[in-house]
Amino acid sequence: MERAAPPSTRTATGKPSFLRANAEAIAFVVMAAGLIVAPFFTYPLFLMQAMCFALFACAFNLLIGYVGLLSFGHALYFGWASYLAAHSAKVWGLTPELAILTGTATAAILGLVAGSLAIRRQGIYFAMITLALAQMMFFFALQAKFTGGEDGIQAVPRGYLFGLIDLKNEAAMYIVVLVIFLGGFLLIYRIIHSPFGEVLKAIRENEPRAISLGYKTDRYKLIAFVLSATIAGAAGATKAIVLQLASLTDVNWPMSGEVVLMSLVGGLGTIFGPVVGSFVILLMQYKLSVVGEWVLVIQGIIFVSCVLLFRRGIVGEIAARFKG
Amino acid sequence: MKKTLGLAALTAMLLGGTAHAQQVTVKVGVLSDMSSLYSDIGGAGSVAAAKLAIADFAKANPNVKVELVSGDHQNKPDVGSQLANQWYDVDKVDMIIDTPNSGVALAVSQITTTKNKVFVVSGAAASDLTGPKCNANTVHWTYDTWMLANGTGKAIVKTGGDSWFFLTADYAFGHALERDTMAAVEKNGGKVLGKVRHPLNTNDFSSFLLQAQASKAKIVGLANAGGDTINAIKAGAEFGLSKGGQKFAGLLVFASDVNALGLATAQGLTLTETWYWDLNDANRAWTKRWQAERNAAGKFPTMVQAGVYSGLTHYLKSVAALKSGADGKAVVEEMKKLPTDDVLFGKGTIRADGRKVHPAYLLEVKAPAESKHPGDFYHVRATIPADEAFRPLAEGNCPLVKG
Amino acid sequence: MFEICLPVLLGGKCIPSGALFGQLLIGLINGSFYALLSLGLAVIFGMLNIINFSHGAQYMLGAFVAYLMLQYSGLGYWPALIIAPLVVGLTGVIIERVFLQWLYKLDHLYGLLLTFGLALIIEGVVRNKFGSAGLPYTMPDSLRGGQNLGFMFLPNYRAWVIVASLGVCIGTWFVIERTRLGAYLRAATENPTLVRAFGINVPVMITLTYGFGVALAAFAGVMAAPIYNVSPQMGSELIIVVFAVVVIGGMGSILGAIVTGFGLGVVEGLTKVFFPEASNTVIFVIMAIVLLVRPAGLFGRRA
Repeated sequence: MERAAPPSTRTATGKPSFLRANAEAIAFVVMAAGLIVAPFFTYPLFLMQAMCFALFACAFNLLIGYVGLLSFGHALYFGWASYLAAHSAKVWGLTPELAILTGTATAAILGLVAGSLAIRRQGIYFAMITLALAQMMFFFALQAKFTGGEDGIQAVPRGYLFGLIDLKNEAAMYIVVLVIFLGGFLLIYRIIHSPFGEVLKAIRENEPRAISLGYKTDRYKLIAFVLSATIAGAAGATKAIVLQLASLTDVNWPMSGEVVLMSLVGGLGTIFGPVVGSFVILLMQYKLSVVGEWVLVIQGIIFVSCVLLFRRGIVGEIAARFKG
Repeated sequence: MKKTLGLAALTAMLLGGTAHAQQVTVKVGVLSDMSSLYSDIGGAGSVAAAKLAIADFAKANPNVKVELVSGDHQNKPDVGSQLANQWYDVDKVDMIIDTPNSGVALAVSQITTTKNKVFVVSGAAASDLTGPKCNANTVHWTYDTWMLANGTGKAIVKTGGDSWFFLTADYAFGHALERDTMAAVEKNGGKVLGKVRHPLNTNDFSSFLLQAQASKAKIVGLANAGGDTINAIKAGAEFGLSKGGQKFAGLLVFASDVNALGLATAQGLTLTETWYWDLNDANRAWTKRWQAERNAAGKFPTMVQAGVYSGLTHYLKSVAALKSGADGKAVVEEMKKLPTDDVLFGKGTIRADGRKVHPAYLLEVKAPAESKHPGDFYHVRATIPADEAFRPLAEGNCPLVKG
Repeated sequence: MFEICLPVLLGGKCIPSGALFGQLLIGLINGSFYALLSLGLAVIFGMLNIINFSHGAQYMLGAFVAYLMLQYSGLGYWPALIIAPLVVGLTGVIIERVFLQWLYKLDHLYGLLLTFGLALIIEGVVRNKFGSAGLPYTMPDSLRGGQNLGFMFLPNYRAWVIVASLGVCIGTWFVIERTRLGAYLRAATENPTLVRAFGINVPVMITLTYGFGVALAAFAGVMAAPIYNVSPQMGSELIIVVFAVVVIGGMGSILGAIVTGFGLGVVEGLTKVFFPEASNTVIFVIMAIVLLVRPAGLFGRRA
């Protein structure tokens, strides 16, 4: 009952051809290469923002896709990390890498606290608890002095990386974001394919059995939760430096919904799905800003049709075709 | 990188200047909230106002070609800043107007000054835009929190409402409104008897109202906005606030909020606005045109939408005078130099800090029986002259103003 | 009149005892809405195993249907109190038939995601049609005015809210726990196959249960219309608090949902007096404490 993701992620068994055996490596190289050349064709700021969201969605997907836990409050880590990164860069004058680290560490701590509460319940309750805790922290963010309330933290300096490289240069900033994104992505990949990740998947498939095999599943779930929150935090902190602002939007519940949507569209439990999903959703958001009023409705329709018709998401569907 | 861009822009400008003699093209963007909380205050109505401004301007200035784009920031600062960046860099937009939501407006103001374009704020309230966070590329047109607080506070004390109790939304915006209003009340001889801070999006205000009633203050000041203001007033009507001789003063109330309350509930509420559609014949005539453009006969324009018309008109005049819209700072300088004059806000000026000044009106919501036609919401109780309505130049701490 | 004070450790704020009774009463009113909404969630969850994320949107729909009835057919509050829940309940039946019925064999989480999407659609459509500022809904004349209770002025409408919601809550509890129909329902929750073998049409029962749960939300919406702002976003903020209420109470029992709803309303009301700044976070804090002490919730069965 706990399983949320379709089991389409398991590597094909039988006689794997070279392409199939290395599909993920090839896809990764294509993605990395694509992101390296993309800024020559697309607006770089858009790409940077999209990469931040993609990493955010990947972090979220680590929980839902590989542990079967639906967090409906991931904006908490994303948003608070972006606040702390923005504040430490602007007020404490930290260099960007330290500011991002501060934000990420904040998210890790918050993840530890929220995670240890939330994993006490399963399934739907887990989703509701994460949502409620995130909403509580949204109110704290609203009332706290340093967040600037509705105004947010504005005019955050991008600063000098390691005190040397000026990140006001778009190219330098782009490389930093690319490195963080690819690094975070590989980290998640590594986690999933480690023995630790195998235990997570075992918990997803059948928690009682994992317990009876002697695994302390709560501890595994908590570690996964903290990892997910931390990576989400890294994404949020990076975004604050890129866009030079931190705002309430990123801690509010619609953001938690958006990251679910991104992962769902791309494919829950597929490693590339959240990346594809977040690019698709963001692109839609900007292309559709012309039709204004209907954004919410269109998002809702995508949600409904994904759940009813394409539960595997874009990448999941492609993978299914590919496997025949 | 930046240098080459600047050079390119310069050459383009020079070439452009010689190629089409005197033919100027500018592209303006209405960046507003089309889909969420503030869509009634700005939104599609702001786009309609901008279209009217462009049409009126084109009649007198055929040599200036104006293109219009519009976008939805969805009340998200990151979406707004992304759109603004893209408009300036890719779509070659020269100026952005409207932008309700202070968070978005502050972000866009920042981007505008780094890219040397023009930003005219009509929808956002933050008085920081012409205070510590002012810059040479931003003009704040319609209203701000200081003006609302001060105008309402002072005018009400002068008409006898000298003891106050505040219901304050517990975040930066509410705190600022409360602080500025308190200062105005006390400066004019009034007393503040107490206050209670309520969280944003409170449904049930009855508990806070009991506290307000117990204070026996004559005026209950609402330092909040939108749904919170509406819920507080609804509860006030129910708990018989007015029977105890108490009155609400709304510090940020739009006509759309009054409409949501209905006159029966809202009657007696005092508030401040800088523009009201039923104030004079010119406004009424414009409102008819706006309704036709908006294709909504039952809707009435807000001061924010009127501000979009007025601000855009003045911007276009300044571009016409300069014969170019390329250099944002120069255009804003020209805007500050030229006296403003349009059918909606009359004559006025823009100060060194980017603050547009004009009179404000203390309004009181009519009782249902006094309302003669749809949209007939207010009695005008007092006019606050332009030089008193806004924060004095010296007090804003705007770096552009040399003290 | 004597004063009641908080311990010095908690700030030592004092209020007159009369005011305290007033605040307690007001807390009950607030709790009425929590109780009605969490009851609806619990009924739906019990039968469908779905957390109905669109509950807030359906609450909002109830208020809007009441508004439309007044606006276009002149039907006032009393007819709306009956008709609006029926209309919204009917849309619930349609939603169950068209969307939800395909999800029962899947993980619960898909139900949550689907109803979340539905909530976005409903809220978006209403906002496009009616704007975001809200719409006026006046109080029925028969419930205007109020009673002076000595320690407070109690508006008649508020008294009515408590009575009506208590009545509906107790009625629902009675039907589910004490009647034959309720027995079928509870049995079908435990073992649908067996109940079907007795010749009872379980799918129809499921459909009607969803419709009923949704109708409860709409009923709460109509009740809210005269006193709260009728706007498209009126439900989406509330529903998150109600989720916390449900986590605290546990959805295992109908009575638990009702009691927790009213109880937390009172707690929130008192917080508004003593720590107004914390009044919207207090329920979340209680949720965290309950999770530490009694992870299954106050009335919950260990899942």
